[in-house]
Amino acid sequence: MSNNLDDYISIALAGNPNVGKSTIFNSLTGLKQHTGNWTGKTISSAVGYYNHNGKKYKIVDVPGTYSLLSNSKDEEVARDYICFEDNDIIVVVVDATAIERNLNLVLQILELNKKVIICVNLIDEAEKKKIIIDLDELSLYLGVPVVATNARNKYGIKDLKDTIESVITNERKIFHIKHNYDSDILKAVSIIESGIKNKINNINIDIHWLALRLIDKNSSFNNSLNNYLGYDIIKLLDKELSELEEFLKDNNLTYESMRDKIVTSIVSRSEEIYNSCVCLGDCCYDRKDRKIDKILTSKRFGIPIMLLFLGLIFWITIFGANFPSELLSKGLFFIEDKLSELFINIGINDIVKGIFIDGIYRTVAWIVSVMLPPMAIFFPLFTLLEDLGYLPRIAFNLDTLFKKSGTHGKQSLSMCMGYIIL
Amino acid sequence: MADNLISLDNLKIGETGVVSKILMSGIDRRRIFDLGFTPNTKIEALHKSPCGDLVAYFIRGVVIALRKDDTKNIIINI
Repeated sequence: MSNNLDDYISIALAGNPNVGKSTIFNSLTGLKQHTGNWTGKTISSAVGYYNHNGKKYKIVDVPGTYSLLSNSKDEEVARDYICFEDNDIIVVVVDATAIERNLNLVLQILELNKKVIICVNLIDEAEKKKIIIDLDELSLYLGVPVVATNARNKYGIKDLKDTIESVITNERKIFHIKHNYDSDILKAVSIIESGIKNKINNINIDIHWLALRLIDKNSSFNNSLNNYLGYDIIKLLDKELSELEEFLKDNNLTYESMRDKIVTSIVSRSEEIYNSCVCLGDCCYDRKDRKIDKILTSKRFGIPIMLLFLGLIFWITIFGANFPSELLSKGLFFIEDKLSELFINIGINDIVKGIFIDGIYRTVAWIVSVMLPPMAIFFPLFTLLEDLGYLPRIAFNLDTLFKKSGTHGKQSLSMCMGYIIL
Repeated sequence: MADNLISLDNLKIGETGVVSKILMSGIDRRRIFDLGFTPNTKIEALHKSPCGDLVAYFIRGVVIALRKDDTKNIIINI
């Protein structure tokens, strides 16, 4: 493992959307990056730094993604970063309350045969729902360390840092457990694998994994791969790829059926691991959630409740902002008067005073006193709605409307923000 | 057991079925597989969005909302 030029140990922070990845990132770095609930929130990856036991770490918050295999445009960024960046370690954050779905991405990342740590976040949430996770068992199944965290109150963050360190120093070993595909896939993989072994030496990627991706015939992935390698690997493996085609034809297989097999196999494995490592103390743990959901998204109450909520937020924002706005403007204009006096007293000419006091200062003072209070009230309130998990319900309620205008229900969030700024 | 196949958009709220076949292709197919809609997976329809088109489903421990455009291409067995 090579470190960066500037001697930082580089960490990629990966995970599904909405698992508290950004909160982990903030707890690790102490950086106040705004965390949010929307897929693709971290569109351009955030970078942060921290020190631990005398070592320097650089950590990149990779955009949330459900899979390395199927990608929307912004998930491609995540895929390419996870697959092709030379990170010293990948920390995969998973939601303790939705382990099974999260394992899909985990297993895909483990196939890369890199140094990986699993961070089971929102562990207190899981406890509340009486979801019991056998972390040691999970670690055995996956072959990598598993750390439980609750980033909101910093629980487990030190443990996470220690574990990262122990993996970097090889104090803790990573066991690469090869995923068990059926014989058709393995045969197809071996055709490509032998081609890679014969034609390419000195490749920095796990060959088995690479072969698996190449039989997938995913053009977006292949482009990224060629970009990374600097040559056209598809052309290079021309002979093997046509041999593969031959093999598929002989066995009545298609690329699509191969893909299905690969994905299904990983999903089934996730289920298997989940069933062995997670125990539901209360089979109806989400009954209350469901009941609330049902009301929040019902035909009769869904929209009114939503309007009420948003109306309340707007009301609090607009009226709540009046008082601090007034206070701010009074204060700032008081300072303006004093500054004017000062300028006159020391005999600065009117034009200069005009530019600085009547021009720049006054404009800034207006903007600050008008804009700051509503924003300072609105954003925390919205974060509260976000934490309550209400925003996805808004998106759910409004999706049809937004679909008609060609966008997603998600857009309602941006629109609300727009209203406030108007 | 006799098969009783319907498309997912015909699954009534509150009822459950088992995923049988995905009729999509390309990126949509992968995505739906990746979300856990693989054959033999149990699925339950939870509730409908007030405006109608979206339905929330419970599958593999999570709630996922899908539009009719997608659900009509998912065949389930009830």
